[in-house]
Amino acid sequence: MRDSITIVGASLAGLRSAEALRRDGFAGRISLIGDELHQPYDRPPLSKQVLAGDWEPERAVLTPADKLEPLGLDLRLGVSATGVDVAARELEVDGVPEPFDGLLIATGARCRTLPGTEGLEGVHTLRTLDDCLAIRAALDAGANRMVVIGAGFIGAEVASVAVGRGASVTLVEAMPAPFDRVLGREMGAVVADVHAAKGVDLRCGVGVSSVGGGPGAMTVGLADGSTIDADLVVVGIGVVPNTDWLEGSGLTLEDGVVCDPTCLAAPNVVAAGDVARWTNPRTGESARVEHWDNAVEQGRHAARRLLTTDEEAEAFAPVSWFWSDQYDRKIQLAGRPHPDDEVRVVDGSTDEHRFAAFYGRQGRLTAVLGMNRPRQVMQGRALLEQGTAWDEALEVAAEWG
Amino acid sequence: MRIVLDYDLCESNAICMAIAPDVFEVRDDDFLYVLNEAPDEDRREAMEEAVQRCPKQAISIED
Repeated sequence: MRDSITIVGASLAGLRSAEALRRDGFAGRISLIGDELHQPYDRPPLSKQVLAGDWEPERAVLTPADKLEPLGLDLRLGVSATGVDVAARELEVDGVPEPFDGLLIATGARCRTLPGTEGLEGVHTLRTLDDCLAIRAALDAGANRMVVIGAGFIGAEVASVAVGRGASVTLVEAMPAPFDRVLGREMGAVVADVHAAKGVDLRCGVGVSSVGGGPGAMTVGLADGSTIDADLVVVGIGVVPNTDWLEGSGLTLEDGVVCDPTCLAAPNVVAAGDVARWTNPRTGESARVEHWDNAVEQGRHAARRLLTTDEEAEAFAPVSWFWSDQYDRKIQLAGRPHPDDEVRVVDGSTDEHRFAAFYGRQGRLTAVLGMNRPRQVMQGRALLEQGTAWDEALEVAAEWG
Repeated sequence: MRIVLDYDLCESNAICMAIAPDVFEVRDDDFLYVLNEAPDEDRREAMEEAVQRCPKQAISIED
């Protein structure tokens, strides 16, 4: 049995893994190391309630102090892990080496930046609480023309909050349709329609060629020669995993920390959350999964992996799912559709923006999408867990009427 | 065992319903309903799972 476990990254995956260890009865020392000074907080509200001004930041705390304290964690905030030597079982924190017994890597990811806009005032990304509060402060100060670059889910949520606060929003996407990569063309268009109905100016299939000016007086130049004036710009073009500090550690890094199917990255080392790449035996796909639920589940799985022998270790094989709240619509997706999957609306209507849709490929159900259809998505997720055939899934959905 | 739901936090993601449809139900009005506020003791494991898996930590158990 291990004496201690060190968790690097004090966000969702890291904190939930520490809690899982205690719940499972692990009584040894648990060190939880995070580079932000804030108490560990939840990120989904940052592009929703906190940005909207409906919640004060304290409300986004992941685990309140009265529940955190009894866990007896060695919680070290505002410090950075700067290196690892896997073979020597040594971690380096702010340059100072310390031995580890078991190591869980949950350092997450950071926003990709738009080349040429780094450090430009008035250009924001949204990942941390400080990022959120900076955008919120700009909106509070009267900024009401926003350009969002990148029509992914973060960008779409920021757009939706800004519209709710009375701003006019232009959403720029280089791909031909928003949400294309995640939802496919047809369903991506439905989400695009939700935004268009709220007055968002969608510019798809056009890249950004320049961003200039400053807060309150920015100009975004597009590749087609047009320009958009804005008070602030939010860039949401994806994230890159935080693995720089692991260069030379002995771990395999390849768009994330490469793990085996059980979340083991090396002897005594596991990874979880946005930073972890593993092959999910359910899909056969080697990927990082950047969803909230995955951080929780993989954190738990990876923590337990450290307390298990190689012989007894189980693969991590979830049906991943996520949700996104945009305006008064709740979008949920379970499973991982491919762009060329067959899509079938099985409940409700896309015109009313209340529906459930199935994705299928090779005779199997591959994903379930819902817009204000949480019950159906979760029932669909259960079908995915059972590996349900396409025809059979359609028969089940026919009963939902 | 009593199930307590913080409706201010609940966002009707229906995770709890997937775990325990006998206790939780999200209806077509998008709201979550607790069908049984005092489940039998043999449902404790499922209730604890629901507490942990709720993305909003909106469920708690009072003994």
